[in-house]
Amino acid sequence: MVSVAGVAAPTWLTGVNPVAKLAAALVIAVGLVLSVDWVSALTALVLEFALLMALRVPLRVMVTRAAMVTFAAALTALTILLYGESRGVVHWHFLLITVSDGSITLAVATFLRVLAIALPSVLLFVDTEPTELADGLGQVLRLPARFVLGALAGVRLVGLLGQDWRYLGYARRARGVADQGRVKRAAGQAFALLVSAIRRGSTLATAMEARGFGAHPTRTWARPSPFGGREVALICAAFVVVAVAVATSVGTGHWNFVATR
Amino acid sequence: MSAPPSPGGGVAVSAQGWQWRHAGRAQWALRGLDLAIEPGERVLLLGASGSGKSTLLQGLAGLLDSNEDGDETGRLLVDGAPPARRRSRIGMVLQNPDSQVILSRVGDDVAFGMENFNVERAAIWPRVRRALAAVGLDLPLSRETSALSGGQQQRLALAGVIAMNPGLILLDEPTANLDPAGVVEVRDAVAAAAASTGATLVVVEHRTAVWLPVVDRVIVLGDDGRVVADGPPEDTLGRQRDMLQRAGVWVPGAELPAITRRHAPGARLLEAANLSVGYRADDGSHDLTFDVDRGAVTVVTGPNGTGKSALALTLGGLLPPRGGTLTADETFAPAPRRRSPVEWKSRELLTRIGSVFQNPEHQFLTATVRDELALGPRALKKDDAAVADTCDALLDRLRLAHVADVNPYTLSGGEQRRLSVATVLATAPGLIILDEPTFGQDRNTWAELVRMLAEIADDGAAVVAITHDLDFAGLLADQRVDLGAWHAETAADTPW
Repeated sequence: MVSVAGVAAPTWLTGVNPVAKLAAALVIAVGLVLSVDWVSALTALVLEFALLMALRVPLRVMVTRAAMVTFAAALTALTILLYGESRGVVHWHFLLITVSDGSITLAVATFLRVLAIALPSVLLFVDTEPTELADGLGQVLRLPARFVLGALAGVRLVGLLGQDWRYLGYARRARGVADQGRVKRAAGQAFALLVSAIRRGSTLATAMEARGFGAHPTRTWARPSPFGGREVALICAAFVVVAVAVATSVGTGHWNFVATR
Repeated sequence: MSAPPSPGGGVAVSAQGWQWRHAGRAQWALRGLDLAIEPGERVLLLGASGSGKSTLLQGLAGLLDSNEDGDETGRLLVDGAPPARRRSRIGMVLQNPDSQVILSRVGDDVAFGMENFNVERAAIWPRVRRALAAVGLDLPLSRETSALSGGQQQRLALAGVIAMNPGLILLDEPTANLDPAGVVEVRDAVAAAAASTGATLVVVEHRTAVWLPVVDRVIVLGDDGRVVADGPPEDTLGRQRDMLQRAGVWVPGAELPAITRRHAPGARLLEAANLSVGYRADDGSHDLTFDVDRGAVTVVTGPNGTGKSALALTLGGLLPPRGGTLTADETFAPAPRRRSPVEWKSRELLTRIGSVFQNPEHQFLTATVRDELALGPRALKKDDAAVADTCDALLDRLRLAHVADVNPYTLSGGEQRRLSVATVLATAPGLIILDEPTFGQDRNTWAELVRMLAEIADDGAAVVAITHDLDFAGLLADQRVDLGAWHAETAADTPW
């Protein structure tokens, strides 16, 4: 399943409305995409770590979850390092590759920025059930129930796709058509998976309809989705992180608004 | 438009000259149906496949829309109104357990229907607990629905229905995909639910013996969708026995087909020595030693979750053995150095080992029945004329000629099963492995399968069948492999 509840020990974040987590992650993301300097990114990153420690997200969880994000950020940074806009002293040149002072600075800034934006999103949702997120989206944000619950039910199907994929592999081998190159075989199998996903989706829609989904314009929600002091505090904390990061950057003269570049 | 919440009890159902034709079809699925079911009656609805039983259930559930899905004449009424206006009082359980689970936690899934019908939050949770108790599902509300067995998932679906306080419960072959223990589990839950709610019950099932103790009336639909018999169970079954048997209904006490076998001893194809099977490298703890010989039927039995399907996949060369060895005879293996089927090429498997999966839809790879049959022979690079000959012969032999150009997914359950067997026969493998070939089949398809497998074995192929079906095993088994003793408790957690 997609949910990771039960894996992580309860933290201060357990039970915080997922909508607040979503909002906090969005505030940080929007605040940080406005500039590409390294100061604001680093400041935000440090503050985020402090915040997550204060919220008692276990270090082990942070490290394991952060590993994937760090890897992705490093990959992005490497690309920019090798192919980024060349400025200042050129340190190395090979075919299309140019490593210069400009590309080094930009790579570091990008690495920190991707981390600073992605880390809170990943860590805030460590112990969030998709069901609770849907409850929040429906009750707090009042998004249309049809959309929210359709998506929620669809998420559950993702777990079944792994099973379908394995069976498709068995079927192709048993039916004598699996002796192709790996790429061609995977492509054919992926198409078959798509077809089976659509079939599963339409059966699911029938099952939902049979249970009265969409029979009334309104619905009730079995699980409350409270939004109170803790939620507001989390969103405020996110604003503080962004404000301090931007202020530090502007104050030290590193601020570099994307639109004016 | 919301129906007044009446305090439980069953509702009346009536059909007055009702007929329905699916969009794009020339023939009516049901014609001029006249029917009256009293509140609280428990009805078993019987008839041949294609007699419109499922269509009637869908109509009663309010899932047929005459603007979009087809043409309707006459009247079909639930509690005096069209079913679509009584939806909050009608609950339905379908055949396939895993297509009915909607949410990922048990409690949320049961609550889903009540939310849709605007039940107040405070009222929802007591009803969730009562409904789960009524179907005997004693699980924490936060239990993952994906970890439930098929029988538990069906009871969960039933709990979702009961929690709605229904006046009419509709069951469309609710036990067709379950093992014998699951069948009894679900049947008893239905009986308890009907007793506690007083709801009117309409069940469609082939296996009459299972449901007779629960129902008080049997209605039989004829081929053109008219009622041909209607009355108390024993009486109706007695009078219509011949007709029902011809229609493929399992009538209690009907004699099994007579099978005469040649039992000519054949060469050994595979040898399993201390074999252990599983989906992951760390999960086999069997210790199976047996041979698979030409001319013989090997029947594999054992409760759910003991790795029967994994054994089928392993013997079929689709899953590596997790322990011990599986060795093909040197005359059977494609090369002396590659004796384990999992090392063979996909094309080498075709003429040696054919696998028929439990769910036929899992093995269909093309868009028409004819292409499906041609897939194997074409992979063997047979010329077009030879491929066409093979296909035509199989279409005839398995009575699929009339659907040759149809998409396999749109076939009936019996046709899909025949096609899945036919695709394997198309390349004439020395060994045929079938996983639960008789699940959900009506009696005609069942008898046909038994006869065909006996014939295949007598013609010199080896047959391995995984099954829960005791009659099937009794008629065909030359050798039995029982997985019953092996670590049933650990494997019960896997979703397979």
